[in-house]
Amino acid sequence: MSFKPYGVEIQSRLLLGTALYPSPQIMLDAIDASGTEVVTVSLRRESSADKSGQAFWSLIKSANVRVLPNTAGCRTVKEAVNTARMARELFDTNWIKLEVIGEDDTLQPDVFGLVEAATILSADGFEVFPYTTEDLIVADKLINAGCEVLMPWGSPIGSGQGLNNPYGLRSLRAHFPDIPLVVDAGIGLPSHACQALELGYDAVLLNTAVARAGQPVQMAKAFAQAVDAGRAAYEAQPIEARDMASPSTPVIGTPFWNQ
Amino acid sequence: MKITLNGEPVETASVSLAELLVTLDHKPGSVATAVNGEFVAIADRDETKLNENDSVDVIAPMAGG
Repeated sequence: MSFKPYGVEIQSRLLLGTALYPSPQIMLDAIDASGTEVVTVSLRRESSADKSGQAFWSLIKSANVRVLPNTAGCRTVKEAVNTARMARELFDTNWIKLEVIGEDDTLQPDVFGLVEAATILSADGFEVFPYTTEDLIVADKLINAGCEVLMPWGSPIGSGQGLNNPYGLRSLRAHFPDIPLVVDAGIGLPSHACQALELGYDAVLLNTAVARAGQPVQMAKAFAQAVDAGRAAYEAQPIEARDMASPSTPVIGTPFWNQ
Repeated sequence: MKITLNGEPVETASVSLAELLVTLDHKPGSVATAVNGEFVAIADRDETKLNENDSVDVIAPMAGG
């Protein structure tokens, strides 16, 4: 039941963000309840008066999970590349969730900058998890740039809309059957996560849906169950949808048949 | 010398990036740094001299999605 981004075996198919929780303890409890093995983290400017960065990092280390630093907020290749290098030094990992944001309202990726930054970072030894769209050509270029994982959005970050383009996501899965694919962003409900896994996605990455839920810990558990159900369903080979009815009850021997 | 530190103008007498971090009471491994938008590794901070109007970023971990 595991998937292997960059050769690392991960059992849980739920990757969880660490932002927006009501309290640090609720964040830790949600991480625990979700069963996640990978959490995303970020960077910010640190003032000499407020050294909360190290306290946060100590808290995350206490959760005993792998970290996936992001380049959230970066709008240029230069910003993203330099943020990634700072993240590698601070978090001591080559993993980077690469975000190059192209538009403020949708926070959709600037895929041109994304490919350029992924090329630079992959050559520099990073293991890049690119936050991208479901575009097949961009996906191909990211793989050529050295990415061994793709993370297409489900819908805009934090929107909770779920999977806006199931066809596009299904198409991406079909075109790249051997690349670990993670739906990142836009998941609002466990059913959305389940749908992504049913489509054959290897995992989902979400934050707001858990952190902003009325009961984050309970929601984390619900998502854990959803990804397990979705993956089990995918492996069980679902039936094809069809336009017309097909009786499930055998018609031969139906009482009063042909009367 | 006037520099920009995390987006704010400040006066500093520090000659190097490493020296600036000492005055700010940051332990070397607790923050990452950039000067004029370019990452400066811990090992390079001593030899990274500060110049008038340099823009220095001092970065630490935080929560993220």
